[in-house]
Amino acid sequence: MRTICSPTHLIAEREDDEPSAIFFYVFSTIAVISALMVISSRNPVHSVLFLILVFLNASGLFLLAGAEFLALLLVVVYVGAVMVLFLFVVMMLDVDFGSMRQGILQYMPIGVVIGIIFLLELLLVAGSFVIAPQLSGVATVPIDMGVQNTKALGLVIYTRYAFLFEGAGAVLLVAMIGAIVLTLRHKVNVKRQDPAVQSARRPADAMKIVKVKSGQGL
Amino acid sequence: MGLEIGLGHYLTVAAILFTLGVFGIFLNRKNVIIILMSVELILLAVNLNFVAFSSALNDLQGQVFALLILTVAAAEAAIGLAILVIFYRNRGSIAVDDVNMMKG
Repeated sequence: MRTICSPTHLIAEREDDEPSAIFFYVFSTIAVISALMVISSRNPVHSVLFLILVFLNASGLFLLAGAEFLALLLVVVYVGAVMVLFLFVVMMLDVDFGSMRQGILQYMPIGVVIGIIFLLELLLVAGSFVIAPQLSGVATVPIDMGVQNTKALGLVIYTRYAFLFEGAGAVLLVAMIGAIVLTLRHKVNVKRQDPAVQSARRPADAMKIVKVKSGQGL
Repeated sequence: MGLEIGLGHYLTVAAILFTLGVFGIFLNRKNVIIILMSVELILLAVNLNFVAFSSALNDLQGQVFALLILTVAAAEAAIGLAILVIFYRNRGSIAVDDVNMMKG
C-alpha cells in the first residue's frame, strides 16, 4: 500500500517559494494575455498560434502544481496534434475572415456585461470558499511523494479507474469513426480497387482461347 | 510578501481564462473556428481547476479527471472541425448565420 509522506499541503510548500511564485506569475500573465489575443485577433491563424501559447503556459502551470504527466500530455497532444489540426483547417478553408467581424461591435456590450458578471461571480467563489476541515485528510487517491507522477497515474488509471479509462477510449473511437464518416467522400469518376472482385476472378472468366487456323487469322 | 502561491491563485487564473472563453463566444458569434477555440479555452480552465484542487487536497483523483477531460476535448475538437469542413463544402462559408438549412 502507498503511504502518505506529507499531510495536506499547499502547492507552494513543495519547493522553494520564490522561484515557483515568479514562474507562476509569468506563466499565468502570458496565458491570460494570449487568451485575450485568441478571442480578439483579426486573423484566425494568429488566434491558433496564441492558443498554442496559452496551452504551453498552462502546461507550465500544471508543472508548478505537480501534475507533470498532464503538463507533458498537454504539450504533446494539444500543441502537437489538436492545434495543428486547427491550423490545417484554418488554412484549408478559404474564407474571408474580415467580413465575419462586421457585427462584432454589436455584441460587444452584452458580451462585456455577461463576462464581467461571470468573472465577478467566479472570483467571489475563488476568494471566499473554504475546504471543509473533515475533507482535508481523506483523499481518495493520496499523492505519494516518493512515486513519480506518471507512475502514480498509471498505477491508478488501469486499476481503480479502468472503466473510466475504457470509456475515454470509447469516446476517442467514436470520435475517430465519426470524423472519418463525416468527411469521407466517394468520388464518382474514380476507379476503385475491389479486392473481393479481384480474388473471385478466375482464368476461365478472364480469357478465351481461340483456335486460329494458320494463314487465316481471326 | 504576496509571493505565496496557493489554491486561490490557480482558481483566479482559471476563472479569468474561463471568462475569456465565454466572452470569446459572444464576441466572435459569426466565426465557428474562434468559437471552437473558445470552447478549448473553457475546457483548459476547467482542467486547471481540477489540477489545482488535486494538488491542494493531495489527491490524484483530480488529475485522473483532468486526463479524461483532455480526452473529451480532443474528441470534441476533431468532430467539430470535421463538421466545419463538411459545412464549408456544402455552403462555401463558415458563418454561423448560414446554418439555417434545416429551418422549417
